[in-house]
Amino acid sequence: MRCQQCNDAEATVHLKEVTDGKLRELHLCESCANEKGFHPVIEQNKLTIATQFIWMAENLYPETSSKVGAVQCSACGLRYSQFSRVGRVGCPECYDAFQPQLQKILLRVHGATKHKGRLPVDPSSPATAATSTATAESPEVPASGATGGPSGPAGAAPADLSALSPEQLERHVRELEGKLKRAVETEAYEDAARIRDEIRRLRGGAE
Amino acid sequence: MPIRDLIHGPIRWLEGTAPKNDRVLSTRVRLARNVAGVRFVGKALPGELEGLRERVFETAAQTSSFRGAAKVRMEELPLLDRQFLLERHLVSHDLTGEAQARGLILDPEEKLSLLVNEEDHLRIQALYPGLQLQEAFERARIADQELERTLQFATHAELGYLTACPTNVGTGMRASVLVHLPGLVLSQRIKKILTGIQQVGLTVRGFYGEGSEVVGNFFQISNQVTLGESEEETLGKLEQAIGQLLEWEGRSQEGLLRDAGLQVEDKILRALGTLKYSRLLGSQELIGLLSAVRFGHTLGMRNVPSVAVLNDLLLKGQPAHLQRIAGREMSSEERNAFRAARVQKALGVEDVPSLQG
Repeated sequence: MRCQQCNDAEATVHLKEVTDGKLRELHLCESCANEKGFHPVIEQNKLTIATQFIWMAENLYPETSSKVGAVQCSACGLRYSQFSRVGRVGCPECYDAFQPQLQKILLRVHGATKHKGRLPVDPSSPATAATSTATAESPEVPASGATGGPSGPAGAAPADLSALSPEQLERHVRELEGKLKRAVETEAYEDAARIRDEIRRLRGGAE
Repeated sequence: MPIRDLIHGPIRWLEGTAPKNDRVLSTRVRLARNVAGVRFVGKALPGELEGLRERVFETAAQTSSFRGAAKVRMEELPLLDRQFLLERHLVSHDLTGEAQARGLILDPEEKLSLLVNEEDHLRIQALYPGLQLQEAFERARIADQELERTLQFATHAELGYLTACPTNVGTGMRASVLVHLPGLVLSQRIKKILTGIQQVGLTVRGFYGEGSEVVGNFFQISNQVTLGESEEETLGKLEQAIGQLLEWEGRSQEGLLRDAGLQVEDKILRALGTLKYSRLLGSQELIGLLSAVRFGHTLGMRNVPSVAVLNDLLLKGQPAHLQRIAGREMSSEERNAFRAARVQKALGVEDVPSLQG
C-alpha cells in the first residue's frame, strides 16, 4: 500500500483516528507519519498509546514548551529546564512546582500517578507496622471552577478561558489528560477523540 | 570495624547455602529516602549535607538494625578502598566519585547498609545471598521504620516517598535479583526473553548494576515501577518473573543436554582446565570461566568446585580485592598473574608446571 500523504513510499504506519465521531483510517510512510507527529511505535501496548497522545499534544503545541522550561520552583530555585537536563529535582517542593510536567513523566515511567504502598507510620497511632496504607484510585473529580468540563459546548470557550489563570487552565488540561488516558485504556476511542479535541481547543484558546 | 577487614572474612551475601544459590547469586532491596526540610543532594546548600550526614550517623547508631555497624566518611577512604566497596556491590559507581559529604554505614554482616548523600539523602540497602526477596525487604523495612522515628522523611500525599529522580518516587523501592542464565544464553533464547521481561515493567542490567555490561551470563533483574504499586505487589511481580525465568532456564538446560550434551560438558571442562592451569587470568575472563563451571554445578556435574568457592573467587578475583589481599597496588599484568595463582590455590591445584622451577 502506498502512503496516502506522499503517494510514493510504502505505507508502514497504519492509524485509526476518530474525528467528529467518524472513524478514519490513515496509511502513511514512516517519514510522513513523523512529519505529522505520529510515532511509528504507536500501538505496542495501551500505555504507549496513552503516552503517545501526550507526546502528540506536546508536539502539536511546541510554543508551550519554552514557557514550561522557565517554570521555577519557589523553594529551591530550580528551573524546569535544569531539571530536564539533569533528570533530578532539587527539593520536595519541586514536585508541586513542576506538577503538570512531572505528571506526564510519571505516567510514562510508572504508568501511574498515585502512590500505593507504605507511608511513614504515624507515631501517635498504634503501630501496625507491616500493613500498607494502600489508597484506592480516587474517583474522577469534576474540575471545579473550570470551563464546564470536557463535554461543554465548544463555542463557549474564549470568555470562560480568559477567566482562568494559566495554573488553573493547566490543571484542567491535566485532568483531561488523565481522562484521555483512561479512555484509551478502556478503548473508548470516541471519548478519547472528544477529550483530545477539547485539550487541543483549550491549549489553542490559552494563547 | 575498619572496612579493609572485610577482605579476610567470608562474603555473607554470597554464602553458598542460600535458596537457589547456584542460579541466583544475590537479592537486593533498596529504599530511597530523603529527609524533610533539607534540599535534595544536587541542590543542597553548603554545609547542609555534612550536617545531614552526622545526623544520619547519630540516628543509625541508636537503632538495633545498625548495631555495631561501621561508619565511613567516603572522603576519608583511599580510592582503592572505595573501589573495593564497589566490587563488593556495597556502593554504587556514584558513591565512589568525588562528591561531597557521602557516607556509608555497614552492618558487621554486610547484609544491611545505608548510603548517605548519594543520589538521595538515604539509601537503605539489604543484600542477601540467593533468592530471598521477602527477607531482604523485611530487613530494609525494619531499618526504614527505625530511622523514620527520628528522621522525618519527605513524603507527599499523592506521590508517597519523594526522591531526587522521579523514576524512584512512590515506594522508593528497587528490588533486584542477580541471576545466572547460561542455558538461555547458550540456546540463544535470552534476547527474546529479556525483551519480554522489560515489557512487564522490569529492567535488566549487568553484573555491576546501572550501565554495566553483562558478563559471565549474570543478569540483574529489577523493578522499574515504583509508583502505583505497593511494595508487596512489586516484590510479588518480580518473584514471579524470576520463577518464570528459572523455569525457562531449566528447560533450556534440559534441551542443551539432550541435543549437545558433549559440547556443553566439553565447554565446562575446558573452563575448569583454564582456571586450574594458567599463568595470567584477566578479571573479565575469570568471571566467564567461573560462570561455565557454575553451570556444571547447576547441571549436577560431580567433582566441580562448590558454589561457595566459586562465589568467593568471583568477588575476590576483582582488581581492588586482589590488591587489598596483596596489600599493595599492582599493575594489570601483576594482577593477572596473582589472580591465576590465587585461583589455583583456591581450587587446590599444587602441581602447576613452572619455568621458575
